[in-house]
Amino acid sequence: MAPIIDIRAVTKTYKSGLTALHPIDLAVQRGEIFALLGPNGAGKTTLISIICGTVTMTSGQVLIAGHDIVHDYRAARRMIGLVPQEMALDIFATVCGAVSFSRGLFGRRPNPTYVETLLRDLSLWDKRDTRVIELSGGMKRRVMIAKALSHEPDILFLDEPTAGVDVALRRDMWALVRRLRERGVTIILTTHYIEEAEEMADRVGVINHGRVMLVEETATLMRKFGKRRLALVLHQPMRDIPAALADWPLALDDEGHRLVYSFDANAADTGIPALLKRLGELGIDFRDLDTSQTSLEDIFVSLVEQPA
Amino acid sequence: MSAFNLAGIWAIYRTEMARMRRTLAQSVATPVLTTALYFIVFGGAIGSRMHQVGGVGYGAFIVPGLIMLSMLTQSVSNASVAIYFPKFTRAIYEVLSAPLSFVEVVIAYVGAAATKSTLLALIILGTATLFVPVRILHPGWMVAFMLLTTISFSLFGFIIGIWAENFEQLAIVPSLVMTPLTFLGGAFYSIDMLPPRWQTMSLFNPVVYLVSGFRWSFYGLGDVGVTASLAFTALFMALCLGVLGWMFRTGYRLKP
Repeated sequence: MAPIIDIRAVTKTYKSGLTALHPIDLAVQRGEIFALLGPNGAGKTTLISIICGTVTMTSGQVLIAGHDIVHDYRAARRMIGLVPQEMALDIFATVCGAVSFSRGLFGRRPNPTYVETLLRDLSLWDKRDTRVIELSGGMKRRVMIAKALSHEPDILFLDEPTAGVDVALRRDMWALVRRLRERGVTIILTTHYIEEAEEMADRVGVINHGRVMLVEETATLMRKFGKRRLALVLHQPMRDIPAALADWPLALDDEGHRLVYSFDANAADTGIPALLKRLGELGIDFRDLDTSQTSLEDIFVSLVEQPA
Repeated sequence: MSAFNLAGIWAIYRTEMARMRRTLAQSVATPVLTTALYFIVFGGAIGSRMHQVGGVGYGAFIVPGLIMLSMLTQSVSNASVAIYFPKFTRAIYEVLSAPLSFVEVVIAYVGAAATKSTLLALIILGTATLFVPVRILHPGWMVAFMLLTTISFSLFGFIIGIWAENFEQLAIVPSLVMTPLTFLGGAFYSIDMLPPRWQTMSLFNPVVYLVSGFRWSFYGLGDVGVTASLAFTALFMALCLGVLGWMFRTGYRLKP
């Protein structure tokens, strides 16, 4: 199936001479949650801004469901909702007024039923007649989301959606993202919070220094890089690994006090029961054990620390 | 390509007009009060000691000039603030990411600004009739001049609003350029009351042409010919449209 977002060789060099994006190629499929990961200044926001029309690209092409964002911008933009990173609201408007304004901007007829459902979903209904200036930071953030969803977009961009957001809002937001996905909305989010990408995203793209370094299904990425480790804290330090244990990829750590076994957590047989049995037969005692998993953060750090 | 986004234009226009209602005191009461004060001072106190100008009492003579003064300053400030404010709060991102062309954005913001200053001009005209006898020889032309002026100067204000990077720049053109040009543009006098050298210099002041044409539509008399007035206003509007067209192509200060 053709991707809903097709980014082809997009570059951006700002007037200051800063090249924010080297040729970027990226395709996002309809209905997926795609997480764009990268440090500050990597080019995530520039890329999103280009797709949404608030920044002009230097070269390249972006197609939204086949609509060129330059030549057929009306059809392309109608499909997109954007929640920018920073708070940007007409503070004198009421909540309901702000949302209706956004809906109108995108050329949609008023639909009070839809707006009511949207505001209720975001716990904003009680505040519908309140002016934005009187709302708390978290509530303003909800208003930004409501505005982005006011015209029933097929694609939602969330730029750093949970930066500086409290637990309740974060939970509500992820619940909303799941509901939107069930309705078939494609969601692209940027984040520093790797756990979020790991938990929410179908696929992850890592971007750094204006280049896409990696695009992978989250599960595949975890499998590929996400080895688990079992560490056994031994009673007696070990100098060498006995030949009887050669069947397992083992390593010694902490001057022979720790025996470390790396394994694939997704495999049918992890090899752990057999290993523990063999250790018992060999009379190797251990007083503690712990397991750990490579997080997306480890993967990410190892990727971005490579010289650009 | 999809059609003209009328709903989008309407959303901006309505929001802008709502701001006028919300700030009724500032938007309407202040200019009306200022104008009433001008009538009391120039029309009543000073005007009673002045001769008639071209067969028109001084109080009535300054009515078109005063309305022009308001139309110029209000058009520029309405339109410049209307686009500068969302730029300042960064809420402009939404307009830029909407399926709206730049032409539609200009129509919405400039249309609202011009509507406001035209309404204001009519209110001031109404106020004036309470103080002095006003007659309008060419009502059609008067309305035409009103619309041309408010639209051109709203376009000009829109350009300033996009250009301005801070509140100081936003205020500098209206206060340092518009006010002197208007005061020296024959709002309160006929330029043939000036010494010859100043008369010639006045012909370089664009506001002279605006005031003159507008006053002609009231009393049939002007400092310059009505054709020159019309031509100048049209030229100014074309110039503004040209600058806006360039801003649109380059994304000047709106789209990096």
